[in-house]
Amino acid sequence: MRTRYYERDAFPPAVAELRRAYRVFVPVRRGDFHAFAEWDDSVRPDFDYRKTRVPPKGLVFPQSERLLVFSTDERDPEHDILREAPKDFPPQAVVGIRPYDAMAFRVLEVNFDTPEVRDPWWLRRREATTLIGLARADEDATMFRTENYAGPFDERGLDVIVYDLGRGYLAKALGEKGEAALAAMGGDEPAADALREVEERIARAATPELPAGRLRAQPAAPELPTGRLRAQPVVPLFEAEFWDEVAAPCLNCGVCTFLCPTCWCFDIQDEVRKQEGDRIRNWDSCMFPLYTLHASGHNPRGKKTQRVRNRFMHKLKYYLDKYDRGVMCVGCGRCVEACPVNIDIREVAARMNGFGEQVERHDR
Amino acid sequence: MIARDRNPYLPYPVRIEEIITETGDHSLKTFKLVFLDPADEARFAFLPGQFAEISVAGKGEIPIGIASSPTEKGYLLFTVQKMGVVTSHLHSMRPGDRLGLRGPLGNWYPWERMEGRNVVIIGGGCAFSTLRSSIVYMTDPSRRPKFKRLTAVYGARCLSLLLYSDRLDEWKGEKSGIDMHVTVDAMQESEPRTPRWQCHVGFVPAVVKEKIKDPTDAIVILCGPPAMLKFTLPVLKEAGFADGQIYLSLENRMKCGIGMCGRCNVGGKLVCKDGPVFSLAELGELPRET
Ligand SMILES: Cc1cc2nc3c(=O)[nH]c(=O)nc-3n(C[C@H](O)[C@H](O)[C@H](O)COP(=O)(O)OP(=O)(O)OC[C@H]3O[C@@H](n4cnc5c(N)ncnc54)[C@H](O)[C@@H]3O)c2cc1C
Ligand code: SF4
Ligand code: SF4
Ligand code: FES
Repeated sequence: MRTRYYERDAFPPAVAELRRAYRVFVPVRRGDFHAFAEWDDSVRPDFDYRKTRVPPKGLVFPQSERLLVFSTDERDPEHDILREAPKDFPPQAVVGIRPYDAMAFRVLEVNFDTPEVRDPWWLRRREATTLIGLARADEDATMFRTENYAGPFDERGLDVIVYDLGRGYLAKALGEKGEAALAAMGGDEPAADALREVEERIARAATPELPAGRLRAQPAAPELPTGRLRAQPVVPLFEAEFWDEVAAPCLNCGVCTFLCPTCWCFDIQDEVRKQEGDRIRNWDSCMFPLYTLHASGHNPRGKKTQRVRNRFMHKLKYYLDKYDRGVMCVGCGRCVEACPVNIDIREVAARMNGFGEQVERHDR
Repeated sequence: MIARDRNPYLPYPVRIEEIITETGDHSLKTFKLVFLDPADEARFAFLPGQFAEISVAGKGEIPIGIASSPTEKGYLLFTVQKMGVVTSHLHSMRPGDRLGLRGPLGNWYPWERMEGRNVVIIGGGCAFSTLRSSIVYMTDPSRRPKFKRLTAVYGARCLSLLLYSDRLDEWKGEKSGIDMHVTVDAMQESEPRTPRWQCHVGFVPAVVKEKIKDPTDAIVILCGPPAMLKFTLPVLKEAGFADGQIYLSLENRMKCGIGMCGRCNVGGKLVCKDGPVFSLAELGELPRET
């Protein structure tokens, strides 16, 4: 297992070394927000960022992607025959990704890589991606922990974990992809006990106190209350009375789904310019009525309550039941932060989680 | 099912061989499709009840039930009602035009359970397509001995809206191997097609009540508009059919057809992948959101 130490100023140049072998994506400041951008000479990485507004999920699952191409020109012998859009999948490194955003890819993979069918584009891009994570205790007040996010030092989704020690960075490879990336970054051997010291501190406390600066002690983000959800029967939960109250203020703007690193819904549309056609996949949202509207005019989720309920039931119940790998949420808090009417998944989870209890009390 | 190593979004190229206008109002047409590469036919092995995504390049894709039977070789049939963007364009196309076909998708009627049993088929309106596939499949001489009694009730608003008139003549015949009951809501005065066989006048549930009385060792497969389902299911239950004996096919809005885009769910089940065929018992355990 390769480990490397970088003085604070030496880290960006080491990351820049990766550009020889990878397309490198880094956090950059964009107005009031941060976003991941490809590191070319026009951008300056900002590794002190907290959270990007839009998650890096698009680096594997683009917001808009051309899947197939075709010609509608009848003089073309291949007209109206759809072909895979030519594309390649060069190695890419996402440097500075936070552990929750990395775990989100694990949450998503069960949808795109199934025992029966596999999404070729998602898989090839995921395979070509190396995640170099930034570990620093700076969770904000909108964040929380779930089975799929154990805190700012969660290594599970990463290929390399980079501890921000204030004066410098300590990087540890977590598998083959990580070894290769760290080798390409160069850097020095850390002091003999450096890694052990950091890991002991992490093991000692839920949110450890690490050396001065960035890794300061901080109250641990709370757990999302989901412990009783698995045992809840699905139909009564679906029919619970609180859904109208939860959904009442919702504007169906879709922001909560577009900013969510673990949402995967998409739409497919054809576009033709002159006689060249593309079949394109775009992110979609279960918050929009059109998502489920039948050609007959019938809509199984025509009402706002039905759509809001579907979003939370999918994340916190259907996903949990179907895959047995926790809820479909990594606690990033983006939906909490961005919802214009303050609908809060933590409150909804608490109501869903507590629902059976009320029913049991009734029954007695 | 699509092979796991195949790109599940890439359609097989097909050609429209023939277009049959099924109904007097021209709202339903059957498209006979042939694979451009004959080798694709074997890759498209399916069972009745499954569907496919039909691609019209530049317009989009639509899920349509397979109306032909696996015993009908060399072509596939799809019966399409003119509704919106893609179906309207399809209705304006001509023999020789090219389409794409993705599939076969979804599950099928419970063929393993149906073998050795009595089978009841109930259909209404344009949703009769996968039931056509099923009847042709079961009455094929090679397969007929596998089933006991076959009974079908099929209804439309009027005679001119009945699908597959050529096949109806055959199924109504003595040696068809199926007891076929056809009904229309009302008999039009100026009916263009007067059938040679006896036709009921009345709604599907009423005919079911009269003709389908014995639930013993039987499986029911049904497909039809919501109103037909709403009034037929209580009749079947009254006759003693259990929820586990009744199978129906759902139609939710779809895009990917392979369980990835998310939109067709009923509770935790995806209609495109876990369905479209569900037993009433299975549906009873799902949230009611169809
Ligand atoms: C499993 C299954 C089997 C079906 N079998 C048949 C059949 O045999 N014959 C038939 O005429 N119709 C069938 N339908 C319904 C048919 O798919 C819709 O009528 C058709 O998609 C409408 O497309 P459109 O572009 O004309 O309508 P628009 O309203 O313009 O729809 C735009 C797009 O939305 C989607 N969409 C809209 N309505 C539906 C719908 N009800 N179901 C699924 N997707 C929809 C499609 O992707 C469509 O291209 C079936 C649907 C399903 C789910
Ligand atoms: S549901 Fe909200 S908190 Fe959970 S992963 Fe999505 S955006 Fe983040
Ligand atoms: S962000 Fe808030 S208002 Fe907008 S769709 Fe989501 S829950 Fe509704
Ligand atoms: S149609 Fe995409 S998940 Fe069913």
